[in-house]
Amino acid sequence: MSTACVKGAGIMSPARRMMRGVASLLLALLAFTSCAAFAAEGDTNLLHSHVDRLDAESLQRGARYFVNYCLTCHSAEYMRYNRLTDLGLTEAEITGNLMFASDKIGQTMTVAMTPANGKAWFGNAPPDLSVEARIRGSDWLYSYLLSFYRDDKSPTGWNNLVFPNVAMPNVLWQLSGENKLVKTEYEDHEKAQAAAIAVKGLAAIEPLPKDHYAVLQVAPGEPGTMTRADYEQFVRDLVNYMDYMAEPARNTRIRLGIIVLLFLGLLFVFAYSLKREYWKDLH
Amino acid sequence: MSKFMTWVDERFPLTSLWNSQWGKYVAPKNFNFWYYFGSLAALVLVLQILTGIWLTMNYKPDAQKAFESIEYIMRDVPWGWLIRYMHSTGASMFFVVVYLHMFRGLMYGSYRKPRELTWIFGCLIYLALMAEAFFGYLLPWGQMSYWGAQVIVNLFSTIPVIGDDLSVWIRGDYTISDVTLNRFFAFHVAALPLVLLALVGAHLMALHETGSNNPDGVEIKKQPKDPRTGLPLDGIYSHPYYTIKDIVGVVVFLAVFSVVVFFLPEMGGYFLESNNFIPANPLKTPEHIAPVWYFTPYYAMLRAVPSFAATQVWGVIVMAISVLIFFAMPWLDRGAVKSIRYRGRLYKSWLAAFVVSFLILGYLGTVPVTVWGQFADHFPFYGADKATVVARVLTVVYFLFFILMPWYTVRDKTKPQPDRVRWS
Repeated sequence: MSTACVKGAGIMSPARRMMRGVASLLLALLAFTSCAAFAAEGDTNLLHSHVDRLDAESLQRGARYFVNYCLTCHSAEYMRYNRLTDLGLTEAEITGNLMFASDKIGQTMTVAMTPANGKAWFGNAPPDLSVEARIRGSDWLYSYLLSFYRDDKSPTGWNNLVFPNVAMPNVLWQLSGENKLVKTEYEDHEKAQAAAIAVKGLAAIEPLPKDHYAVLQVAPGEPGTMTRADYEQFVRDLVNYMDYMAEPARNTRIRLGIIVLLFLGLLFVFAYSLKREYWKDLH
Repeated sequence: MSKFMTWVDERFPLTSLWNSQWGKYVAPKNFNFWYYFGSLAALVLVLQILTGIWLTMNYKPDAQKAFESIEYIMRDVPWGWLIRYMHSTGASMFFVVVYLHMFRGLMYGSYRKPRELTWIFGCLIYLALMAEAFFGYLLPWGQMSYWGAQVIVNLFSTIPVIGDDLSVWIRGDYTISDVTLNRFFAFHVAALPLVLLALVGAHLMALHETGSNNPDGVEIKKQPKDPRTGLPLDGIYSHPYYTIKDIVGVVVFLAVFSVVVFFLPEMGGYFLESNNFIPANPLKTPEHIAPVWYFTPYYAMLRAVPSFAATQVWGVIVMAISVLIFFAMPWLDRGAVKSIRYRGRLYKSWLAAFVVSFLILGYLGTVPVTVWGQFADHFPFYGADKATVVARVLTVVYFLFFILMPWYTVRDKTKPQPDRVRWS
């Protein structure tokens, strides 16, 4: 932009240099923030969910899994059933196949269980899941649902690598089978970290006494009704749906954004030409 | 049309007002990149007011309904998501353009005589904007809204003797509650926008009285007039020249703005924090409370100051002075020239140190103090958090930029300022 108002190389260089300064500043800030985001993830390596917001079939399957498996304890109080038409479903399909807890299609996804009941039964009221994907992120949800393992010491008999001592039992165990925890000890943090990275999958680092560290992984135990690959796809579909549900307008937003930017690009050409036309007489 | 204007002008000074404020306002012709951010700040102010009005139509300032009403806006109100994202992005972009606008002032000495009042009105706008952002951030009633407000209001309770009563008076309750939400809503949508608009008016009137500074610091009013045009040699009418030029700036800004609104509305958690999608819970303190990015340099300073004589009020004092000290700029700077182009190495180095401190403090304010680990448990730091020590050093640098200014601006080896702007 500064190039617009100043001509002649020697004179414009301060403005140019400044622009370059600003650009490198912005780049440095970007690099800085992405480092910060990485550091904030802490000591658990998460898996990539690889959800696809444009995969309508995956989203439809995910919606079905959600109402079947989640919507008994967890509500989605801000999500209306008829909004599922976004996913390419008809209202008849929604009423016929997906509505177990309500009878009107304009209603939101509520559950019969009250927060007080939830607290009494699980020790913690199951959170509303409407915007859960915006709180946790899809990678976290995906990793969480894949990292339950048997733990006889916990009240539910289950524990979780991503969310230690979580109150929720492994409700999907019949599908996923039972995983067990594998714990490998290392004498310092550096070695544990190297080992955790080498896993290239889900791994957590746990501090032990005397500055030792353990790398925790889940390993398959009793198989369930689904193969591992099928179960991963199941979770991916579910998380894809939850990601959609957290912001149903997202696909519209991105589509509109491209149009808006194209328009602004065109407008820039006109605005800039107009500016040059007006300013060419000044000297 | 001219008949109509005559009719109006005989009853209201419309034409003379337009001419004095913009139509016949004479500005230096050498404005560069940095001079876009004033008009852009005005644009964002208008965007915030308009999107704010439409949000108010569906938002409910009620502790039971606030969070829900925002999700209602995001899902059920036609185009509600767009209005809301424009408003949340606008809040951050307001600070982006205001910080760049202020930095322009520091570079080219725009606060120097005779523009002291323009600068002071600008500083007041900055204060009002901070208050406006703070009150607005409570309204979504998420966890960060709630606990952020809790932390800030608690700052007042560190004031000796009256502190506790003062914080209760601000909240209207013993904790942040529905009462607090209602009064913050009142401040956010009525009181502060009025203050902001009045201050912006004063800022512009003061500027148009003295005339604009420019990257060379040349006072065009002191120049001889061009016999052909009757204008100062380096002066041009802001209309149409800067009207047309600012439109280019507006289009580029809107493109950047749209990239955020449409593709990165959360901006990686910096514009919309993920914790704020959890409804406010007075019984559950989040592990890590951090304000939004535009307050984090001050938050880092607040945390860096140790408590002393059994009170933490010192951090609050440091934080308050770090903002208020901007008001003193016109009298701290005693340099022979205004613009950085003719300053010597001293001012340039101090300005660079100040900017670097501000940015690193800003980063440190977003992360826990343990982020870089601890020093060894012996002399000189005795196991202190590395980030805290760095924040303390940078806080000192931040203040030295101002405190030493009367000294280094005089000692600086400046170049002579030209009579004409470097352009054409």
